[in-house]
Amino acid sequence: MSDEPQVQEPEDNGASSAGIIATLAVAGMLAGLLLVVVYEATQPRILAYKEKMMKEAVGLVLQEPASFTTLYLVDGKLTLDLPEDAVEKDFEKVFVGYDEHNSPVGFAVVHNRAGFQDQVKVIFGYDPETGGMMGMKVLESKETPGLGDAIEKDMDFVGQFERVVAPLVGVKKGSGSGDPHEVDMITGATISARAVIRIINEAFERWDPLIKAYDHGGSKDA
Amino acid sequence: MRETTPKQDLFRGIWKENPVLIQMLGLCPALAVTNTVENSLAMGVATFFVLLGSSLSVSLLKKFIPGEVRISTYIMIIATFVTVADMSLEAMVPVVHKKLGAFIALIVVNCMILGRQEAFASKRPVGRALLDAVGVGTGFMIAMVMMGGVREILGMGSFLNIPLFGDNYEPWVVMILPAGGFLTLGFWLLGLNWWAERKKQRQKVLAARESSERRAA
Repeated sequence: MSDEPQVQEPEDNGASSAGIIATLAVAGMLAGLLLVVVYEATQPRILAYKEKMMKEAVGLVLQEPASFTTLYLVDGKLTLDLPEDAVEKDFEKVFVGYDEHNSPVGFAVVHNRAGFQDQVKVIFGYDPETGGMMGMKVLESKETPGLGDAIEKDMDFVGQFERVVAPLVGVKKGSGSGDPHEVDMITGATISARAVIRIINEAFERWDPLIKAYDHGGSKDA
Repeated sequence: MRETTPKQDLFRGIWKENPVLIQMLGLCPALAVTNTVENSLAMGVATFFVLLGSSLSVSLLKKFIPGEVRISTYIMIIATFVTVADMSLEAMVPVVHKKLGAFIALIVVNCMILGRQEAFASKRPVGRALLDAVGVGTGFMIAMVMMGGVREILGMGSFLNIPLFGDNYEPWVVMILPAGGFLTLGFWLLGLNWWAERKKQRQKVLAARESSERRAA
């Protein structure tokens, strides 16, 4: 625009107030119509992708179970089935994995809290009988590239979550006493690593009693 | 209104009047999402699409838009195309969409797009408006890739996720952080202005030499 003359006001074509309102209303309606069409066209793919990602994450943190199913928190209890007329996304949920003989192998829980830059969202799997962790994956984070994002990319750190036992304690790398609750922190990503440990501890404290109270007797479908 | 040829409409936005590097418009995405070439390209394509759609609509509808509410109508048109781009990117390339985050929605406030509607599309026939949108959109994409290329090569040692330097390369992490955006833009502007200035000086020297030769003859 550098060499264009000052913006000229378009000539006043004497539009009445009604004309102006009508123009905006028609433009708004057309815009709305187009958006509805595009929304309807794209939404199935978006939802399918989200579901696929969640399935992959659950499979990973429960060490590839033969099948898994979703449990919903209804009235302070975990159940397989939602009440009638309920909307699925209104309920908190956990996932339970089963082996080939339909016996439960572990539970996967999603939880988030503030990291260094923004919310960190983590999914982890554990065995409620022993408290032993089965795996951890960061689902969402905006931690500093090269520093805080080591909570996703540092495989030494991520790998520990297949061995340790909840609740977790973070220790400086190399100064642990061999206690199964200890997790080696990452140098340069202290706040982010601490956030992951807190997320898991918080979620464990909240969900473990509910999970232990859950009776696997009911039917399941994966 | 300065008269231009169709060829000028198409080509001037690409380099001579590049929206980012010369006109300094659309700097927010150019600083914020150019940490990798992939993100830069995705942002460039989304902006290109929005600019093309908006210019087409504004040019087609210019007779029906009363002057009093033209800016709000342009914004409504732009916002519609941005939302379409947002949903389409999420459906087609969800990984890139997640990385760009809120910056896709922020294309609405990219003053480069509104600027083209107000200064050009609302006053020209459809064909010219489209040529201008293609030129400016391409110019924006070029500038985005120039930013993203430098930042990814130095900050991650790769180009389009292809490693360039082997394992011994220590990435300049600062280049993919926000500071790297400012540094890269600063150095590009410095370099390009220096080059333009040098060209001008040379022409001046040549002209002076020519006139003195003419006088001597």
